[in-house]
Amino acid sequence: MSSQAQILPGTLDLLILKAVSLGPLHGYGILLRIGQISGKALLIEQGALYPALFRLVRQGLLKASWGVSENNRRAKFYELTALGRKRLREETEGWNRLAAAMGSALAAEPEEI
Amino acid sequence: MKLLGYFHSVAARFFHRSQTEADMEEELRSHIQHRTDDLERSGLDRAEAERRARIEFGGRERIKEEVRESLGGSFIDILVQDVRYSLRVLRKTPGFTIVAVLTLALAIGANAVVFGILNGIVLRPLNLPEPRSLYGIERSDEDDPVQSYPDYVDLRDRNRSFDSLAACRITEAGVDTGENPSRVFLYEVSGNYFDALRVQPYLGRFFHASDEHGPNSAPYIVLGYAYWHTHFQDDRGVVGRVVQVNKHPFTVIGVAPLEFRGTLVFFTPDFYLPMINEEQVEGRNILNARGTEWIYLALGHLKAGVTPAQAVADLNSIGSYLERTYPKEHGKPIYSLSNPRLYGDSLGRSVQMFLTGLMLLAGLMLLAACANLGSLFAARAADRSREVALRLALGAKRARILRTLFTEAVLISLAGGAIGLWGSVALLRGLSVWQPVPRYPATVPVTPDANVYGVALILALVSGILFGLVPVRQVLRTDPYQIVKSGSTGALGRRITVRDLLLVVQIAICAVLVTSSMVAVRGLVRSLHSNFGFDPRNVTIVETDLSMAGYSGERVPEMQKRMLDAARTIPGVEAVGLIDWPPLISGAYGDDYIFRDQASDLSPSNAAATAYSFRMSPEYFQAAGTTLLAGRTFSWHDDKGAPRVAVVNLDFAVKIFGSAGNALGHFFKLHDGTRIQVVGIVESGKYKGLTDDSAPAMFVPILQSPTLWIKFGNPFEP
Repeated sequence: MSSQAQILPGTLDLLILKAVSLGPLHGYGILLRIGQISGKALLIEQGALYPALFRLVRQGLLKASWGVSENNRRAKFYELTALGRKRLREETEGWNRLAAAMGSALAAEPEEI
Repeated sequence: MKLLGYFHSVAARFFHRSQTEADMEEELRSHIQHRTDDLERSGLDRAEAERRARIEFGGRERIKEEVRESLGGSFIDILVQDVRYSLRVLRKTPGFTIVAVLTLALAIGANAVVFGILNGIVLRPLNLPEPRSLYGIERSDEDDPVQSYPDYVDLRDRNRSFDSLAACRITEAGVDTGENPSRVFLYEVSGNYFDALRVQPYLGRFFHASDEHGPNSAPYIVLGYAYWHTHFQDDRGVVGRVVQVNKHPFTVIGVAPLEFRGTLVFFTPDFYLPMINEEQVEGRNILNARGTEWIYLALGHLKAGVTPAQAVADLNSIGSYLERTYPKEHGKPIYSLSNPRLYGDSLGRSVQMFLTGLMLLAGLMLLAACANLGSLFAARAADRSREVALRLALGAKRARILRTLFTEAVLISLAGGAIGLWGSVALLRGLSVWQPVPRYPATVPVTPDANVYGVALILALVSGILFGLVPVRQVLRTDPYQIVKSGSTGALGRRITVRDLLLVVQIAICAVLVTSSMVAVRGLVRSLHSNFGFDPRNVTIVETDLSMAGYSGERVPEMQKRMLDAARTIPGVEAVGLIDWPPLISGAYGDDYIFRDQASDLSPSNAAATAYSFRMSPEYFQAAGTTLLAGRTFSWHDDKGAPRVAVVNLDFAVKIFGSAGNALGHFFKLHDGTRIQVVGIVESGKYKGLTDDSAPAMFVPILQSPTLWIKFGNPFEP
């Protein structure tokens, strides 16, 4: 369990956008995709996904349409809108800057100061 | 953008609620099926896989709730939920609900009625263009707005503050339109009246200042809309028709618009005619009589940029001029400005004070109702402490519980407000068509408008919140653990303190209300049983105006004597008397300046008193049941050839002569120098209104009097 990181507040939206950017997905597929691209390091509570999805649709970052899944079941598929793609780019850059800054800050050694 | 999206989402969810719900339900089911498929593939059988998938997924309702919240619209959802819940709770306690709603309906209804009257009479301006700059001229020194015509003309022509100063007077006349002659109430107005008020005719034209060329030069009539509607059946060909007013021909030149109902509240005239023709209506020329004050009100719009204070200064400088120029007729008039529609301040101020007082009492009543309901609610919240505790224990937020309680309170207050408003609207509508004095076309224009509805709504909401607030502390202090365990509330002492306080407030307010209504009722009873100076029992009043039939001069008393004789022959009639203005009937009497016999300076400032004066036939006192204290009453020999005599009341005798004994046989003087001998003294009475202090009054033999007062004996009693 210790190999799995708690996701930080606010990062769930970013992860969903990233997962969907790789191709249209239904809700369960998004969970699997996040597990896959994070090397199973990030686990998301199944129920927590849906409020986020509905919120992103409302914000116009995702659009949803009903279709048929690989299991031959009806499922609602999500994909990025243009606004969603832009938001993903911005948030990714912001995250990278933060991560780099945090990384270098935490890597600082006494003699470097 | 975000806000727009929010509203869009709220609206969408509100209108497509079931669709969204179904959508969400299906998506969650699809999720669980996919998970089940995965688990089944890993080797579990289908049933077990589905069970596991459901467990992993967690509470579906909770997630749906979170989704709903993330979608916005939760406020409305919660509101709908709360309203449903409150309705259910209230239905369970119908006794409480009905009492609470009725209490509020009465309190809010009373407030709405009083506010409706205040609004209709005091707050709502005259239905005229730019009512804010319209002012009436008030005589502060005489406490009424009455003017003489020459004074009005001076004010009109010399002031620099008014755009145009108009004048009006209410009077009555006999009108013959070719059918049955009938009595009408009309305004005599200055030629510039309609122009000064910036009103346009509905039909035909209005008269103007340019139509006036000296006495009786403008025999024109402008009909009021209502009179045109009822007496001319909306006949557009009425313009140009000639009608007889007191036997003088007048031409109808136009019709006033429906919304123009004159400039005095309570009193909408049948038609308007130029004041310059007053002699044909009043039967005497008083256009040049500076001492005769007969114009009810002078009014006009202030010029742009002139403040009321500047206007008052301007008017008072004219007042000084009038005093200097006409010292015989004038004290120094002191002018001020007033709300024109309430007959100046003399009536306006008392109406306003009365209504404001009434409004305060109604407000207190509502407050008492709120205190009452507040303690009811507190008691109820205490009874429901277990329910509250249970809900808290199950994880409900305190804020949410308070919201529910508030929803209940506001629901009750809205229901009460609605019922109260419904009742008050019915009452106000009734009041508006009610004619309090059958003799006069007086109405109380209090038709409810948006203001009344608004105030009732605000009162309902405010009172709902007020008494809803009472149990808040109680809920906030609830300790679910303690209550669920022990089955009672912990903070017993506290709660009783709050409710005791409310009880004290309630009792105090009720005491004030009961006391004030007792005082009012006692006052009324006392004035109804006080001594009027005449006996109103078994008296019938007949009213005639001979000038309407074209009688004037010497022919009037002659005709009146014949009428009295004729009335006396009617079976059952005990006594017949005649007086020009029966006391307490019209309320508008001439005041005469009274001077002591030795006075040589007969200017108003030197007067010993002012007295109501009545003209009467010899038998009046007998017919009216007024007690003669000393001396004699008149006979028919007290005519023009005989010395002037008067009967005075006790107040008059005491005020002018010091005592009744000194008065008898002695003389006093009128403004014009006439010496009059006191031949009799009668008891004092009420003349203008029931609440009057007693005042000097004198009675002189008829010279010309338009009123018959007949007393009938009751045929069923010996």
